[in-house]
Amino acid sequence: MIDALHIPDFPMQRTCPFDPPQEYAKLRVEHPVSQVRAPTGQIAWLVTRYEDIRMLLNDPRVSADRRHPNMPLTEEVTPQTRRNIAEVGRSLIGLDRPEHGPRRKMLMAEFTVRRMAAMRPHIQHTADELIDAMLAGPREVDLLTALALPTPTRTLCELLGLSYDARDIIQRSANAQLRRSVSAEERQQTSAELRAYVDQVVREKTAAPTDEDLLGRLVLSNRETGLYDHELMVGLTMLLLVAGHETTASMIALGVTGLLQQPEKIPGIVADPAAAAAAVEELLRYFTVVDALPRVAVGDIEVGGVTIRADEGILLSFASANWDDEAFPDAATLDLARPARKHLAFGYGIHQCIGQNLAREELHIVFRTLFSRIPTLRLGADLDDLPFKKDSNIYGIDALPVTW
Amino acid sequence: MHVIVDRELCVGAGLCVLSAADLFDQNEEDGQVVLRDAAAQLSTERALAAAQLCPSGALSAVEGTAR
Ligand code: HEM
Ligand code: SF4
Repeated sequence: MIDALHIPDFPMQRTCPFDPPQEYAKLRVEHPVSQVRAPTGQIAWLVTRYEDIRMLLNDPRVSADRRHPNMPLTEEVTPQTRRNIAEVGRSLIGLDRPEHGPRRKMLMAEFTVRRMAAMRPHIQHTADELIDAMLAGPREVDLLTALALPTPTRTLCELLGLSYDARDIIQRSANAQLRRSVSAEERQQTSAELRAYVDQVVREKTAAPTDEDLLGRLVLSNRETGLYDHELMVGLTMLLLVAGHETTASMIALGVTGLLQQPEKIPGIVADPAAAAAAVEELLRYFTVVDALPRVAVGDIEVGGVTIRADEGILLSFASANWDDEAFPDAATLDLARPARKHLAFGYGIHQCIGQNLAREELHIVFRTLFSRIPTLRLGADLDDLPFKKDSNIYGIDALPVTW
Repeated sequence: MHVIVDRELCVGAGLCVLSAADLFDQNEEDGQVVLRDAAAQLSTERALAAAQLCPSGALSAVEGTAR
């Protein structure tokens, strides 16, 4: 029976800057599937073990449909925002089989390993320009604003074929989503501004598509498949901009703080691409910026000693899964050389991040370029004084002062 | 051991290519996985690793030789 008094709130608080909430370790052992209360007040099943989460994400009784009223959202939202999330979800991330496949397939060729490797020169150029600007100014910089945020902004503009004046709008919006000091109204306002901009871009691309950029090619292939109407195309573009931005920016900032804890490892990572690739996977695992994602059961499911009933909400904690010693021995240790690629930082199942190989390229290039050009880089404040977002489901940091 | 591919299930995450570019490729046209040599004999370890990494169950490791 549900004992409303003893159901803990989700997200749970982090106590150490790098560790997921302490409760997860205990839950994995004692109650691998347990009830929590989402910020929306909804009660949902929190799943904490690596193997259980992998199993559920390929189970057809688990739905990603954001329109379901019991879908537990990890932030407090207005009814309008809930409608927006459901609407954006219909473009890809909230679809189940069989609707998901054909839409995912329209994007897959755009995100292959080879296509993402072709983005390297652009990402390198971006990183070099941003670091030039850092080196030209005072030796005290907020790395979040100077490098972590603008790298994904410019990369996404390049990929999608958005003009550079888009940068401002996109960055303002990402910034508003990222920082907690920004008021809810301002957040809603920048998000509406971004939506209006995306709406206009989609109109322009639809009127005169070229095969030079992703959005143009999508419009062209959509003329054949007809899978996306205007609203859905706007939703998909919003999804690509939002999903690829805050996540990557947070990973850049957190990754730099992680690397700075083991400065003796940095020269090896700068010198050796294979060591850098391993370090990127381990940092993704260790920080798991997207902690938990919501699902809803569409049939009864036995898992972790409980029965999740149809229509009950589920939260899958990737942060907990990635710290599960059963999957990663001595998981609480940041071991930049361990084989970590089976982590769930990009999710699992049919929705596993389609932009993951772009994110890998960005992280790889940014870390190596930053530390090769500024080998003496160090934190500008004590680790414990940095503004980590300890109460947020998307982990990150509000500012990252560095010096050299 | 060898690996069999169910292309319909592939979601194009590219993890197979990242981990074993000698065995897997992605089709330029649709981004789906391509097995470079369907008859390739793999060590159990490599075949299982590929199958386990794939997020959508598109790869399975099977005993024996491909026919
Ligand atoms: C470090 C950076 C990133 C992290 C940690 C991350 C994480 C994730 C996770 C956990 C999911 C699974 C969502 C679910 O199962 O509900 C996901 C999906 C997705 N991501 Fe990422 N992501 C990153 C970067 C990117 C980039 C760069 C892009 C695009 C340019 C992107 C686009 C997407 C899209 C479109 C989906 C939905 C895929 C689908 O539903 O089929 N992400 N991401
Ligand atoms: S890992 Fe699986 S889903 Fe990803 S490209 Fe390979 S076969 Fe497809």
